[in-house]
Amino acid sequence: MTFQPIKFYQTGTFTVGNRLLTPEQRSVQSHLDRSNAINSGHRACQGCGEALGARYAIDAAMEATNSQLIAVNATGCLEVFTTPYPETSWQLPWMHSLFGNAAAVATGVAAAMKVKGRSEVRVVAQGGDGGTTDIGFGCLSGMFERNDDVLYICYDNEAYMNTGVQRSSATPPAARTATTMSVGPEPGNVFGQGKFLPAIAMAHEIPYVATATVADLRDLEAKVKRAMEFRGARYIHILVPCPLGWGTASHDSIRIARLAHETGVFPVFEAEYGVQVSALPIRKQLPVEEYLKPQKRFAHLFGAKPKVEVIARLQARADRNISRYGLLQKEVA
Amino acid sequence: MDKPFAITLDPGSSLANLTGSWRTRKPVYLDRLPPCNNACPAGENIQGWLFHAEAGNYEQAWRTLTENNPLPAIMGRVCYHPCETACNRGQLDDAVGINSVERFLGDEAIKCGWQFDKPATSSGKKVLVVGAGPSGLSAAYHLARMGHKVEIQEAGPMAGGMMRFGIPKYRLPREVLDAEVQRILDLGVTLRLNTKVANIEQSMKEGGFDAAFLAVGAHIGKRTYIPAGDATKILDAVSVLRSMEGEDKPMLGRRVVVYGGGNTAIDVARSVKRMGAEPIIVYRRTRDKAPAHDFEIEEALQEGVMIKWLSTIKQAGEGEITVEKMQLDEKGFPQPTGEFETLAADSVVLALGQDVDLSLLEGVSGLEIKDGTVQVGPNMMTGHDGIFAGGDMVPSERTVTVGVGHGKKAARHIDAWLRGTVYESAPKHEIATFDKLNLWYYSDAPKTVRPMLDIIRRQSSFDEVQGGLDESNALFEARRCLSCGNCFECDNCYGVCPDNAVIKLGPGRRFEFNYDYCKGCGICVSECPCGAIKMVAEDI
Amino acid sequence: MLKQTEGSRAVAEAIALCRPEVICAYPISPQTHIVEALGESVKSGQLENCEFINVESEFAAMSVAIGASAGGARAYTATASQGLLFMVEAVYNASGLGLPIVMTVANRAIGAPINIWNDHSDSLSQRDSGWMQLFAETNQEALDLHIQAFKLAEELSLPVMVCMDGFILTHAYERVDMPTQQQVDAYLPPYEPRQVLDPREPVSIGAMVGPEAFMEVRYLAHAKQMQALERIPQLAAEFKQIFGRDTGGLTHTYCAEDAETMVVAMGSVLGTIKDTVDEMRADGHKIGVLGITSYRPFPLAQVRAALQNAKRVVVLEKSLAVGIGGILSTDVRMALSGIQLHGYTVVAGLGGRAITRKSLHKLFREAEQETLQPLTFLDLDWNVVNKQLERERSVRRSGPAAESILRDIGTVASKIA
Repeated sequence: MTFQPIKFYQTGTFTVGNRLLTPEQRSVQSHLDRSNAINSGHRACQGCGEALGARYAIDAAMEATNSQLIAVNATGCLEVFTTPYPETSWQLPWMHSLFGNAAAVATGVAAAMKVKGRSEVRVVAQGGDGGTTDIGFGCLSGMFERNDDVLYICYDNEAYMNTGVQRSSATPPAARTATTMSVGPEPGNVFGQGKFLPAIAMAHEIPYVATATVADLRDLEAKVKRAMEFRGARYIHILVPCPLGWGTASHDSIRIARLAHETGVFPVFEAEYGVQVSALPIRKQLPVEEYLKPQKRFAHLFGAKPKVEVIARLQARADRNISRYGLLQKEVA
Repeated sequence: MDKPFAITLDPGSSLANLTGSWRTRKPVYLDRLPPCNNACPAGENIQGWLFHAEAGNYEQAWRTLTENNPLPAIMGRVCYHPCETACNRGQLDDAVGINSVERFLGDEAIKCGWQFDKPATSSGKKVLVVGAGPSGLSAAYHLARMGHKVEIQEAGPMAGGMMRFGIPKYRLPREVLDAEVQRILDLGVTLRLNTKVANIEQSMKEGGFDAAFLAVGAHIGKRTYIPAGDATKILDAVSVLRSMEGEDKPMLGRRVVVYGGGNTAIDVARSVKRMGAEPIIVYRRTRDKAPAHDFEIEEALQEGVMIKWLSTIKQAGEGEITVEKMQLDEKGFPQPTGEFETLAADSVVLALGQDVDLSLLEGVSGLEIKDGTVQVGPNMMTGHDGIFAGGDMVPSERTVTVGVGHGKKAARHIDAWLRGTVYESAPKHEIATFDKLNLWYYSDAPKTVRPMLDIIRRQSSFDEVQGGLDESNALFEARRCLSCGNCFECDNCYGVCPDNAVIKLGPGRRFEFNYDYCKGCGICVSECPCGAIKMVAEDI
Repeated sequence: MLKQTEGSRAVAEAIALCRPEVICAYPISPQTHIVEALGESVKSGQLENCEFINVESEFAAMSVAIGASAGGARAYTATASQGLLFMVEAVYNASGLGLPIVMTVANRAIGAPINIWNDHSDSLSQRDSGWMQLFAETNQEALDLHIQAFKLAEELSLPVMVCMDGFILTHAYERVDMPTQQQVDAYLPPYEPRQVLDPREPVSIGAMVGPEAFMEVRYLAHAKQMQALERIPQLAAEFKQIFGRDTGGLTHTYCAEDAETMVVAMGSVLGTIKDTVDEMRADGHKIGVLGITSYRPFPLAQVRAALQNAKRVVVLEKSLAVGIGGILSTDVRMALSGIQLHGYTVVAGLGGRAITRKSLHKLFREAEQETLQPLTFLDLDWNVVNKQLERERSVRRSGPAAESILRDIGTVASKIA
């Protein structure tokens, strides 16, 4: 008989750690000496996906750079909840300038490091979807096209959460926000608007573009580490559920992100020099309802008379992601 | 550096902000009872020993296992593994092959010559164990480890009881049995064979025993009236199986009818098949109503055993028997149909269950006998102070594993009774049900199938039918354990806390919450794969 | 070394001597020649150890400079007009964070109507941005001020704008005395940041500050500019020691000792004013000049001292606070608070309108005769204005004002009287 080779343990490589794995196989987050880039005591809401995603990403970047890392932050939740005077949660050199200029400030920091002969010090810029896809888009595109040596990480929670949940260009269709209320003949955000920034980043043909979610830590960490292997402009777009803005339970933040991936609503993939090189396959494909139902921002689609045609359009978007990014194909070994 | 006021801050200074005050509910770690442990009649800490086996630490796994059950190599062969029936993984893909890992550990122990630790102290008390079957051996083992002096008095010529005289070799090779019995004796347990206790009170008095544990089993085959001619050979299953152990194999002829639908009937049929006979099992009900385990029926059918369902023996004549066809009524009971047929039969083996030989209890005060079994209290003590009983002779399911469990339970109560105390079992944790798990974190890993002896050899020899796992697949199998309800240090809580409010204590020491910062979001609970955290209301 | 060169090139050369480490370039007239020259310098290898970054907007230019400065590099950029307004958010941010960036503002009018010519509306719009603003009168002073600006900025950790009149200075070929690298190195030490992003000593820069400390942070910015009032003259003195030129400082007076009429102005127009004053002095007029070099911090005491003995003050400014009048004159009047003298605000040269000696002669004489209006628009074409006002009164859809006026004048060239 043939024996299955032992390549994973009880839980495979899906958990954060696992005592049975060798230290190299464990995630950064499982390490006792992880940098905890965002220290305890920050003021993020309970179950904040962004707080989690940012720590995941920055801790991984810290490990990849041997802690030779500087972070630049756009205005937004992440900035506000980590650095209200007189306390900061950041444990690495960190700077906040404005809402729309994080990419450019990071370019400046990277230039300073280069000119100071300290190229080992790497620079990460980070912002929410508003600071990235809207107000910061010009600076971001400039940083991309100049191929400045910056990793830009967008923590996408699909609306302006810091100001009270207003629509951004990353808000999905049908989602209720404070500026796309669930009223009128077409409640929620309209179809046919918005942009998917990872695809735009790819169009710049920068060395590395990836998407990730907080639900798959190892994938996220691998991408941050991979990004750090390149010089030049890199972009990682991380889906980070927002319990407040999405109307989900605080304990569901990771589950919702997982559902976004498993339904195809949010494609998880990576690209190099403008060409997709991998996709994180969906393990158990689920219908979009599974993702939509737990979220109050989509509550108007359900109830006594579910809006099946709207759900079908959202399903079609997910299906398009699945085929466009090859989300049902097995990972190439 | 001379930092500008207010806009430039020292790193990590947010520790001054204790966000734990936001919390209304808090997570707490807990150990839930895994369904396998809950289902084990021997009270094994299955998940506990799988935990060590997963790491390849087989000796530690074996030692953890034998804390509760001294017979893993036997268990791994004869136990009907209710643990696997209960296993949560069965709802995911296939139950973890607990039984096969147990056997691997048992075999590994025999191969490596692992021995039990000798008791550190002696209590000075003497306990008589009557019967060297699974229950008696188990009790002797536990009592010896508790520091008591134990003597087993066994009526038969060899230790093992039903494990030797009721279970065929092809299911339990005798060298395995002998090895595990010997290991118990090596603890300092005295075994006196061919010593039938005729009067328990007298035996205790003569031997100066402070307590006794009776585990004589149920060895008397039940009989039923079958009109038969002189020439027809009618035997009982227990006698047939027992005689398999001796030099003189029973003379049953070529065509053997086995009457009954339990595991014993299957054992007899499969045994005689191996002796070259053609067994036919006659059973009055249907396959799904038969008490035998279905996998045993399946294996018997594969080996060429014939089975006549819905039939009763009406008469046995020379070289043939008459059977009546039955049909099930609405309540599932078999009713005669008046249709008859004859079957060729050189002998009939009755496998209709066994009775207990209660002669040793005659005259003992306070005992209660009901339906042919000795009644015991929750502490396994009979109505007579100091005399405990277990195994097949008390009312319960009659399996090796139940017997082993009785032995352990009785040993604990005997120990307490000898010390003048009462044994209090630890409160049972809530059960880690399937819904408590977060299955996303477990990778797909179908059960490893144990190799089976090829069909030709199974029909002609008493070689063991079921093979064992080798190390690599035993390890794989152990690692399929979901660790339901008990932390296995996957680091998920440590990783997923948005507030770094989980403190990792290091290998084997698990985690604790830092309630100074825990905001009570509950992500750790949702993302714990095995359901070892729960939310409770905060005292405000 | 004396050389005949374009103002922009002279400034670029001086900046290069200051060893900038990050230069952010975005084109806008009339500052383009400065960054072009610097770009050439970096690309040719003449200016070593410098990152020249072609950014996508002025907002990015200032933002890159912010990052570079916070990263410990000496950062420079240049802009003008709309460009300055486009980067305003970052301008305030740079000063708020205390980053010693030096920026050349090639002063230019702000549209609409779009206009590329000189006035001071752009940098004066950033009056309260927290930046220091030094105004150059000549190309030599522009060149010198940049060297002083880096030292001033870095000592105080505050950014500095060096303002030079677009085209009038940036594009003018004049003789300048270009310092040597040794001289500049002797004057300007390497940048030693007060705060820096460095993994060896991590800090968080740019915290959110609430009501409990915001006032104090703002006050400290003010206190630093007050320190600059002391430091600017000292830096000018130190500069003189090494370079032998008396440039920079807070203010300069000309023929002020016995002047009854004092003319206050900033930038290149001071040259025209001084020529006019020379001519009027020759005719016996008691008139003098106060040139303000440091617009921010504003040297209230020096201005007061220079003006308090005059009978009247004419503030001639290339800027307009619409709805009230002068911008510079408001500050001058604050300096003269409590002193009873006649003050005149003259708005002149907006959008590059030429300020001629002829007009100034007339203006100053009217001032001496006290016939001047408190607020005067120099060489304003009242015909055009009245026509347009009439048009707007009579026709609801009167059309775009600038285009209508151009049609009335029949020319697109600036009108020189």
